[in-house]
Amino acid sequence: MFPLNDAGVISGLVCGVLFGFVLENAGFGSPAKLTAQFQLRDWSVFKVMFTAIVVAAFGLYVLKLAGLLQADSVFVPTALLMASAMGGALVGAGFAVGGYCPGTSVVGLFSGRLDALVFLVGLLLGTVAFAGFYGPAIEGIMAMWEIEAGDTMTDAFGIPEVAMLVILAAALIAVFFAGSWFERRSAGPVTSDQAVAGSTN
Amino acid sequence: MSLSSGVHHRAVKPFWPPLLAGVALGLVLLLTFVLTGHGLGATGASTRLTAWLGLHAAPAATQANAYLGPMVERGNPLSSWISWQVIGVAIGALVASFMAGRFRIQFDGVRSVGGPRRLVTALVGGLMAGFGARVAAGCTSGLGLSGAATLGVAAFVFLALFFATGLIASRLVKGV
Repeated sequence: MFPLNDAGVISGLVCGVLFGFVLENAGFGSPAKLTAQFQLRDWSVFKVMFTAIVVAAFGLYVLKLAGLLQADSVFVPTALLMASAMGGALVGAGFAVGGYCPGTSVVGLFSGRLDALVFLVGLLLGTVAFAGFYGPAIEGIMAMWEIEAGDTMTDAFGIPEVAMLVILAAALIAVFFAGSWFERRSAGPVTSDQAVAGSTN
Repeated sequence: MSLSSGVHHRAVKPFWPPLLAGVALGLVLLLTFVLTGHGLGATGASTRLTAWLGLHAAPAATQANAYLGPMVERGNPLSSWISWQVIGVAIGALVASFMAGRFRIQFDGVRSVGGPRRLVTALVGGLMAGFGARVAAGCTSGLGLSGAATLGVAAFVFLALFFATGLIASRLVKGV
């Protein structure tokens, strides 16, 4: 019965190596490619993320259905909507300005990008700043808009899991169609040659 | 001429098509859930690293801090799964970029916005992302990607605001 709840070094390294390998091959070590999503010329970020979400969500559903994965055994983030909204806005702005998100900055650095090291220094300083501000005031804001009914779309709004999977699959198809339409009407996806040469867009 | 220069420059292989990369990423995420009971992440490691660095640079202040204090009591960053996962990300990215001829030492963004500006945008961007990830208790991978796969409401709210703000911010500031 899964999950194995393996918190060991090997488990961490295996998952991480595969994660980093896929992210680099997707082109997500390049800040030019990552930020081209927000310029709507390269939809790789949306396409890859949505596909991964649908594949993993579908896989979790099938494993539970087959009795291989214990129900309610995987971690679901708490539905603290103010914290998620504020944090999402800040990470999105940081991504657009800095060219990376926290995980992809590691991929950027280990494909030779020194600007990613600067981003990582900023990441640590941002964490220090948060720790400095941390107290009752910020805790109060972060606790706002909590959904008491539950953390998943099913528990919070009563949307059946199957319906959510169908909605996500439909959204995935829409992302691929809309994305390819935008890509055809602009400079198009950032190629690996452009990415390695450094951002010129 | 072109032949001799070609000897030193291995051909740059193209990136994987988004559908292939997305399916691969989804399977890695699923494997992580099956092995550990939680998804992939990044800032869990950088936060522990910050606490550990703080403990050595300013022990009293770090131990007294309401956020970092409880974290340093749990020992050094290498005692947590997420730190090893991030070390793995570094190894995986290194292997992938070398295999594909895409490893190149550079200060990316200098050609488009110039060195001093790129230094500032990389630092400020990292700062905002670091602060934001602590507010949300997760980043794009830990909360957005992994949380959405579990159909978590917080993940969809995070992703919606992430993309909306990113769209606006990229029109106001050219960072790369």
